[in-house]
Parts: sequence; C-alpha cells; structure tokens
Amino acid sequence: MARKVTGAKTAIWTAAAWLVGFIIFFPILWMMLTSFKTELDAFSTPPSFLFFHWTTENYATVQERSDYTLHAMNSIITAGGSTLIAMAIAIPAAWAMAFAPTKRTKDILLWMLSTKMMPAVGVLVPIYLIYRDFGLLDTRIGLIVVLCLGNLPIVIWMLFTYFKEIPKDILEAARMDGATITKELLFVLTPMALPGIASTLLLNVILAWNEAFWTLNLSTSAAAPLTTFIASYSSPEGLFWAKLSAASTLAIAPILILGWFSQKQLVRGLTFGAVK
Amino acid sequence: MATQQTRTLGRVLIAPAVALLFVWMIVPLAMTIYFSLQYKNLLNPGEESFAGLDNFTYFLTDPAFITALINTLVLVGSVLLITIVLGTFVALLMNMPIYGRNIVRLMVIAPFFVMPTVSALVWKNLLMHPVSGLFAWLMSSVGLEPIDWFTNYPMLAVILIVAWQWLPFASLILLTALQSLDEEQKEAAEMDGAGAVSKFIYLTLPHLARPITVVILIETIFLLTVFAEIFVTTGGGPGLQTTNLAFLIYQAALLQFDVGSASAGGLVAVVIANILAFFLVRIVGRNLEA
Repeated sequence: MARKVTGAKTAIWTAAAWLVGFIIFFPILWMMLTSFKTELDAFSTPPSFLFFHWTTENYATVQERSDYTLHAMNSIITAGGSTLIAMAIAIPAAWAMAFAPTKRTKDILLWMLSTKMMPAVGVLVPIYLIYRDFGLLDTRIGLIVVLCLGNLPIVIWMLFTYFKEIPKDILEAARMDGATITKELLFVLTPMALPGIASTLLLNVILAWNEAFWTLNLSTSAAAPLTTFIASYSSPEGLFWAKLSAASTLAIAPILILGWFSQKQLVRGLTFGAVK
Repeated sequence: MATQQTRTLGRVLIAPAVALLFVWMIVPLAMTIYFSLQYKNLLNPGEESFAGLDNFTYFLTDPAFITALINTLVLVGSVLLITIVLGTFVALLMNMPIYGRNIVRLMVIAPFFVMPTVSALVWKNLLMHPVSGLFAWLMSSVGLEPIDWFTNYPMLAVILIVAWQWLPFASLILLTALQSLDEEQKEAAEMDGAGAVSKFIYLTLPHLARPITVVILIETIFLLTVFAEIFVTTGGGPGLQTTNLAFLIYQAALLQFDVGSASAGGLVAVVIANILAFFLVRIVGRNLEA
C-alpha cells in the first residue's frame, strides 16, 4: 500500500467489513447452532444463542435413519460421477481447442456456451418423457447423465481458459528436444495443466452437488440426492427444526469446505473467463 | 503453425463433446417444439392430435401466464437490484485496507455454496417463521408486530432468499474487478484533489460497468428459472403470488400432465433466455479476441 492509512480508519473499515460478513454468514451459523439444540430449544422464544443445552442427538437421529446415508451416497455418486465423466470428455476437447485452434474454434466455444443458456424448463417435458420411457427416472445413472451434460459447457470453458494460458513456446522447445506427442502430454502439459484441472473439478463437483432443478424433478426416493432429501423436510411444516438443521449442516458442510478452497476459481468459472 | 496431423487429431478430440452437446440440445428442443404443436395430455394417452398454435394461444392468453411473467420479472429485477447495489457496497468494503480480509471473504462467499433447498428451508423456518423465527423475535423485541412473511409478503420472502444466495456471486465478481483497478490511477485522482465520491463516480463505476453487465446477464439466466426455492417454500402460492414462469411450466407438465401447453411455455422461456444469451455471448466472445 503506497497510500497512508491511518489506524483509526482501518479499525472502522475492519469493523464494518466484519459486521457485514457476519450478517451475510449468520443464517448458516444460526442453522449450525440450531442443529445442536433440542427440538424444544429450537422453537423457544426468546431464542437462545449460546446458552442452551448442547446436544448431538439430532446428528445421531439423522444418521440412524438409514436413508440419510443412502441420500448422501447418491449425492457423492451423482456429483462425483457426472464430474469425472464430464472431465473425461472435456479435457481432450479443451486441449485441442487451446493448442490447435482453427478458424472455427471460437464459434464452437460460443455455441457450447449457448447450450448452457437454454433454460432447463424448456426441455423438462421431453427429458422427463424420455427418462420415463427408458426407466431412467429416479436412477443414479439418469441423474449422472443430466448433470454431466448440463455442466459440460462450463467444464470445457474453464479448462479452455486455463489451457490457453500455458505458454506454447514450451511445446516447441519440447518438440525440438525430440519429445513425442505422448511424452509432450505426460511430462510437459499435464504438470502445467494440473492446477487448472483440479479447480475445474472442484467447482463442478460443487455445482453438481447443489443442482436442484433436475434432481428435484427426476428423482424421488431411491436415487434422490441430498437436495431432494432436504426438500422432503418442507412438508411436515415446521415440526423438526433441529433435525432439519442437522441434516442441512451435514449436507452443506463438505461442499462449503470445498467451496472455500475453490473460491478464487469461482469467478473465472462462472463468468466463462469474462472476469478474472 | 498447426499441421494437418494435429488438425485432424484436434477434430477427433473435440468430436465427442460437440456430438453430446448437440444431441443434448437439439433432440429435446426438437421434441419440445413438436409437443408444443400437439394436443397431448399424459392422462389421455393415445389421444394426440395436431394442435397448430393452439397451445401457444392457450398458454399466452392464460391469465396465469401474465401473472407468472410479471412475477418472473419482479423476482429477477429485484434480486438483480439488491445483489448489485449491495454487492458493490460489499466489494468496496472488502477492498478497503482491512484486517482479516480472507476471513471476511469466506463469510461473504459462504451462502453461494449452500444448496437451494437448504437455504430456502432455513430461511423459511428458522428465520422467517411468524412465531418462533428469529426475525419475529427481533421485530417484537423492538416493539414491532412480527411479519408473517409467507402469508403477507410471499414474493418479498422469496426475493430475500434468492438475493441472499446470489449476493456472494455479485460481491466476489465486483471485488475481483476492483482489485484490477489501477492503483496509479487512483493516486493520480487523489493528487488532483478528487474526493471519495467523485473518485467512485468517475473512476470506479466506469471500471465496474463491464463486470456489472456480466453479473446482470449471468444472474438473469439463472434467475429466470428459479425453481427449488419456490418449490420448497410456497409451492407457487398463495394463489399465484409466487408462481414464476419456470414453476408454471413445471405445474403444467408434471402436475397437470398437459404436455402440449407445458412445451409451448417452455419454448417461451427458451426464447426469452436466448435474447439475453445473445448479449452475453457477444460480451464473452469479445473477450476471446484478446
């Protein structure tokens, strides 16, 4: 910082920023606190902030219900599976477009982006009918397919913006030294591309984990991931706040942690490289 | 220079992605167009017949459509306004020389990672419940009558939930943009005696114009089809008060099984989204030239 900053000003700005951050984060914090309350305390007025009877019984109850584990597994398998398949399709495509661009590359990229713009409701009817006729409703494989294709454009775009930044000279140099395409891939490109691949992977697991249009419409029980499972708490209105909070905390905790790691890449991924 | 060999290899590598996306986009879209021209209800299988544009006339003249369209615009517009105004404020604050910026950043970004069904239910029950919710307690502790959000102001309630989810996105993008603002320009402006306000109007805002456009376009694409938040809180009600276009189409398709008019509605949504997408693709495309 070249400019002079007085201590008092810094203190005021710091306090203001922390206050704003705290307010934005508060609903999550409140949910986490509620998850450690008894159902009675969860309802109490005035609400108790810290001095209540802390209990982990909600977590035990949620875990005991065998279906929670099932839905968590469904989330892991559908989010993970769809991301891995998308990566397998996207890495070669992004690599080719970044390193052997043709006149058409830009058009292809923009066309891919435009498929992401299509609102899901526009194709809800046909997808639903196709899934019904092929017995894909409420199956993990059905969710994996739809999540994979839905996120594929973002995966390709993110990878492309990363690959594009790898200096091409290094390839020339490797080729001069007599490296084959395979060696080039394995020893030159892969190490340089790994950070980009890792952050793309992370962001897309997050997006797939939280996707709540297709999962709500195409899954009901057997394949229902956590998004659908949590939605089932909306029906017995306001009865089990502490358990809802415990289930919710479990559902968002892993992704919140992953998300905090990937936040720097988030901007880039979600703006398709328009803001870095 | 790409050789013939690498060019062929390139095509082979791109082909699967292009083919899959093509199928993913064209097949369902073609089916939607086909269904939209048919009388088709899943409750009466085997009774399909050509409908011409009847489904569109039916869907577009249905009073529920106008209501849903207005609701969609209100929802999108309000959330955009809230997230961009507050997001600019949050981004400016986080760009100040403050202690613990990284921790503040973690707190600000967190809501974005919460799945929509969780945020909607936590807000609805824990915060906005008219008797035991935290907001009710806050209101009554300052002597005000607690608000029954989902009975009296259902749309406002949905707007607040969705705005909370998208505020981190706007803040983070605007912060990223602010951090790329030239420090020397700021100093030059200060030396010329520019105050904080004129610095903001003449230097910061023009610099933020492009990222704000990007935020508007991307958020609009997602906000046009807000679904889960409405699904778990209001179910579109009371009446049609929180039914947006996405929810109306969902109701027609999966609750009334009216495939024809749901498809017509779906196409209306696609057209609206495409108009917006056109502008976004141009902005992003310009960036590719660099």
